[in-house]
Amino acid sequence: MIRVFVPRDSGALSVGAETVARAIAAEAAVRNQAITMVRNGSRGLYWLEPLVEVETPAGRVAYGPLTVDAVPALFEAGFLTGNKHALGLGPTEEIPYLKKQERLTFARVGITDPVSVADYEAHAGYRGLRQALTMPGAAIIDTVITSGLRGRGGAAFPTGIKWKTVLGTTEQQRYVVCNADEGDSGTFSDRMIMEGDPFVLIEGMTIAGIAVGATQGYIYLRSEYPHARQVLEEALAAAYRGGYLGGSVLGSGKRFDLEVRVGAGAYICGEETAMLESLEGKRGMVRFKPPLPAIAGLFGKPTIINNVISLASVPIILDRGGEFYRDYGMGRSRGTLPIQLAGNLKRGGLVERAFGVTLRELLYDYGGGSRSGRPLRAVQVGGPLGAYLPESQFDTPIDYEAFAGLFAMLGHGGIVAFDDTVDMARQARFAMEFCAIESCGKCTPCRLGSTRGVEVIDRIVAGRDRNGNVQLVRDLCDTMLNGSLCALGGLTPYPVLSALNHFPEDFGLPAGALAAAGR
Amino acid sequence: MPTDSPPVISDAVARAIEAHRERPGALLPILHQIQDSLGYVPPSSVPGIAEALNLSRAEVHGVISFYHDFRETPAGRHVVKICRAESCQAVGAEQLVEHACRTLGVEFHGTTVDGAITLEPVYCLGNCALSPALQVGDAVYGRMTPKGFDRLAADLRKGR
Ligand SMILES: Cc1cc2nc3c(=O)[nH]c(=O)nc-3n(C[C@H](O)[C@H](O)[C@H](O)COP(=O)(O)O)c2cc1C
Ligand code: SF4
Ligand code: FES
Repeated sequence: MIRVFVPRDSGALSVGAETVARAIAAEAAVRNQAITMVRNGSRGLYWLEPLVEVETPAGRVAYGPLTVDAVPALFEAGFLTGNKHALGLGPTEEIPYLKKQERLTFARVGITDPVSVADYEAHAGYRGLRQALTMPGAAIIDTVITSGLRGRGGAAFPTGIKWKTVLGTTEQQRYVVCNADEGDSGTFSDRMIMEGDPFVLIEGMTIAGIAVGATQGYIYLRSEYPHARQVLEEALAAAYRGGYLGGSVLGSGKRFDLEVRVGAGAYICGEETAMLESLEGKRGMVRFKPPLPAIAGLFGKPTIINNVISLASVPIILDRGGEFYRDYGMGRSRGTLPIQLAGNLKRGGLVERAFGVTLRELLYDYGGGSRSGRPLRAVQVGGPLGAYLPESQFDTPIDYEAFAGLFAMLGHGGIVAFDDTVDMARQARFAMEFCAIESCGKCTPCRLGSTRGVEVIDRIVAGRDRNGNVQLVRDLCDTMLNGSLCALGGLTPYPVLSALNHFPEDFGLPAGALAAAGR
Repeated sequence: MPTDSPPVISDAVARAIEAHRERPGALLPILHQIQDSLGYVPPSSVPGIAEALNLSRAEVHGVISFYHDFRETPAGRHVVKICRAESCQAVGAEQLVEHACRTLGVEFHGTTVDGAITLEPVYCLGNCALSPALQVGDAVYGRMTPKGFDRLAADLRKGR
């Protein structure tokens, strides 16, 4: 039977994939044409969503962006056999945006049925776990260390080292917690994995549990992602039914249980210790460190906390070996990064590439330049706490150290592009405002400094004692940078200072004021 | 359970407590279930939750007020959450917000006079490749325009 793929990814749904799916089913019924519809994840070519694929003897063929109105004509043109149509995109894998990617973590996203274990296994799924079950925990961890994998949630800490700390504790009860709070604006790779290939996350967490002897895992999912929750719940149920989770994982005699916990709309709960508090049923207040969560985490027990992408990269590392993964990338940034192109770009979407690709390639070769047709003026990389980079820095490679060297950060790999209508003073003000709204309130520089920051930027924009107030913003930023307990207060100065330094004219200062002000 | 709350409320609260009280970290799951069934977390539910989980009322209330999701008063029939984070800003979220506020006659956190729509801000829906984005219940909308917003608001008012 002909297989037709219509994504259930929430991005695709947001532009009508559900009505398109219904229209295709209805049209097929009217024509007495038997089809099997697979609700896959998204290929990540969002400007083409809803992107529908048909399986033909010559491979999968894509059509998009589809509308309900186009469906009858598509049938008429013979799209079920891959025939030409104005919305035809040709063989999916040949679309340049996709063809030029290096999809390791995202190998199956958009290809498989996200909630079918059989499909997952047919596409190299659960090979990493099977391999891990033949190895001692320390050897699993050594493989992860060899791969060079660093945390994809923002701080880029080596994943294997974290696991080793947990393994080295004496406590019997340990936990694995997946940080699926994905609060950073401009990011959606975690969501795509959870909606498009949830088993790869489940497998990664199971491997982590087996490696350190943890029997319970939690996925802390933000409440803004109800679709991800639905897919995860379906996948978890299937994994339990198939014996991939529970009392004896794949018959190994080793237990691993996993459940989803939903957050409640607080950006700070993406910070790992605030997340633990939230999981324990408390307000999301950041904890003092030490102790590290790896020593005393959830309910005071040793806990692995990793981002979705970090954990979802583990199965392929165990399957293909640490060296295989490490051979991608540059410098100390090993492997691949699923980069998210967002904001004012013609072709927003997901691009997984080895580290080393430049911002410029991403913005123009993949992103196609601005959606508005105007020149790009600034990009914010790494979420709301990431720096704004001007055009002169677009040749920076995607590399943790290269970004750190610019007083910027890669974070979770989100890139938000702005055209030349952007007002950078407004962006700086927003950064302070966001910090004020989301501050957990534990430390003064963050709680009060951010509110103060909004007022002072307002005064600069209004032209009141500009030089004095610019100095005041810089002082505030210094205090926040040095006196905050966590990175919310500690990194909000990044977007603020980068806006001020690279775009002084937007603050009513002479262009080139950067040189005088330092940094 | 407090005896002064209407029976539907106390039933929903009791069910939520029973469903989750034995789980570690039960408070958020309980609050979510209450809000899912009633649309808000009534202050009258606090003493019962506190007692069941062996917490003080202040602790329970502290948690409810900490998280943006939990409401202590009922919302309109539909809650429309407009993303005001950076990716959406880059393609017109601010204009969309202004348009929504003007045409609905409310500010953020406000409810239209007919009780149909409550407007809330949200900071990223993970739909940044299709900004501007908004969310109504579980449904996400991408590439939203002022015109599209008017159509959506009209549909919501008709109860669709
Ligand atoms: C304010 C704040 C928000 C954060 N939000 C997230 C998030 O949404 N997702 C995430 O994985 N990490 C987030 N982090 C980073 C986590 O604290 C932590 O470093 C990460 O979950 C560790 O996993 P990794 O090593 O796999 O990256 C946030 C940190 C801060 C300070
Ligand atoms: S920096 Fe802000 S969010 Fe972080 S602990 Fe301090 S007050 Fe809380
Ligand atoms: S910034 Fe609006 S959906 Fe991500």
